[in-house]
Amino acid sequence: MEEKTQDKPQEKPQEKPVEKLIVSSSPHFLRDENIPKIMHAVVLALLPAMAASVYFFRFRAIGLIIVSVATCLATEYAFQKIRKKPITVWDGSAAITGILLALTLPPSFPYYAAALGSAFAIAIGKQLFGGIGYNIFNPALLGRAFLMATYPVLTTTWSEPLAKTAKAGVDAVSAATPLALMKFEGKMTSHMDLFFGNIAGSMGETSAIAILIGGLYLRYRSYINWKLPLGYLGSMAFFGAIFYLINPSKYPDPLFHILAGGAMLGAWFMVTDMVTSPVTPLGQWIFVICGGFLAVIIRLFGGLPEGVMYSILLMNAFVPLLNKHTRPKFFGEGGQA
Amino acid sequence: MANNNYNLWHEFKKGLWQELPPFRLILGMCPTLAVTNSVINGVAMGLATSFVLLSANISVSLIRKIVPSQVRIATYVVVIALYVTVADLFLAAMFPPISKALGPYVPLIVVNCIILGRAEGFAQKNPLTPSIMDALGIGLGFTLSLALMGGIREIFGFGSILDIKLLGEWFEPWIVMILPAGAFFVFGFLVALTNYLSKRKAAAPSGH
Repeated sequence: MEEKTQDKPQEKPQEKPVEKLIVSSSPHFLRDENIPKIMHAVVLALLPAMAASVYFFRFRAIGLIIVSVATCLATEYAFQKIRKKPITVWDGSAAITGILLALTLPPSFPYYAAALGSAFAIAIGKQLFGGIGYNIFNPALLGRAFLMATYPVLTTTWSEPLAKTAKAGVDAVSAATPLALMKFEGKMTSHMDLFFGNIAGSMGETSAIAILIGGLYLRYRSYINWKLPLGYLGSMAFFGAIFYLINPSKYPDPLFHILAGGAMLGAWFMVTDMVTSPVTPLGQWIFVICGGFLAVIIRLFGGLPEGVMYSILLMNAFVPLLNKHTRPKFFGEGGQA
Repeated sequence: MANNNYNLWHEFKKGLWQELPPFRLILGMCPTLAVTNSVINGVAMGLATSFVLLSANISVSLIRKIVPSQVRIATYVVVIALYVTVADLFLAAMFPPISKALGPYVPLIVVNCIILGRAEGFAQKNPLTPSIMDALGIGLGFTLSLALMGGIREIFGFGSILDIKLLGEWFEPWIVMILPAGAFFVFGFLVALTNYLSKRKAAAPSGH
């Protein structure tokens, strides 16, 4: 910024700089941030979750992450090349979409289907809307929703983590997720298993602690607003607690709600998406409280065991409306006294 | 006006590209999105609509001078409803499975905006022969559009065209394509494609 203000060629650089009054509009203090920097921090924050998925599901996890990321990058490159737009493949946002999408898939998911979902996420979820910053919906979740509608059986077939079954000498053991066990068989999974991730489920969703580490790192770098993840989880816990207090034998406790399924991954990495979350504080509160409420309602009363994905996508659709109607008043605006 | 003032070939041809109902005019969305999950459904819907369109255009063109303009829309709707009932009963009697697959969308041809649009926009101002050519062109364009939509959705959703398996066992059908969401995707892509092609046509120097 300083170079731009001192572009008088006649001034000699050796002279003592004269204090000048520079008049400019806000913002006056700029953070040294840009998209690649933020995106690379998010990739770093996703490393623990990726590591946990590789530990629990071994080679399949590595393969799925590589396929998804490679397809996302290739799709973004191809789209921007064809549309003759600047190529922004290396800013890291497409790679994050790939990683997040892979982490929401079951470990036994076929590679070609993961590639299809990634291509859909980038081409239709992001680039058709105008690229980064213009997409209405979280691209990774849109890719996941597309896969859910396209391959309903494959996206809901989970297996036990390999770390658990390797000793038994088998390749994979199919199993229900804790949420499906809760919903369809009334069985509960212990909080410890949910916390460390030794359960069946989508690759990156099983280990709550790995996601928590990444999320706290992002919070430490202040790339995410604490309202969003904590508000979303808090809202899930609150509405979960209401149902738990009504009938503890039928409904799971609030801690189960926030540890099981995609709640952690969704709250820390998808609700906090800078593009698809509201910018005003009031809008953010409405966004997360309604989102958490929807997730709990879908989990307990909907046809699906997991509601985090649709709750976030539904609330994404309301973000423009929330931004418009929760805008703070300008100074001097509004009714007369 | 005498018939030879009209370029009949032009009245027919415009329905195939310039005024292609679903993709260029964005008319007739309801059947386009709802019943095109296979080629046969699309073609059946297209033919039923074409029949109604042709009959309605003929009738409206013939009675255009005796209908008071204040009640013309109501008159057209009654006329259209008559032919829709004929088409509905014909399908139910001759092709019960197709009639069942199309469900309520055959009676809904009454409110199809293509038909009322052609009656109001063309047949009520034009003599019989151009109105027939107009209906034939628009009807053919509509039928081909629905067949195209149905073909794309059927091959991705079932791996087949006209119930003939084209893709082998390796192909895992995309269930989304036979769901409503798939109709919107295919429709969006086809509208984008026709826009792209018409832009390119307009940009070409020989297009004038």
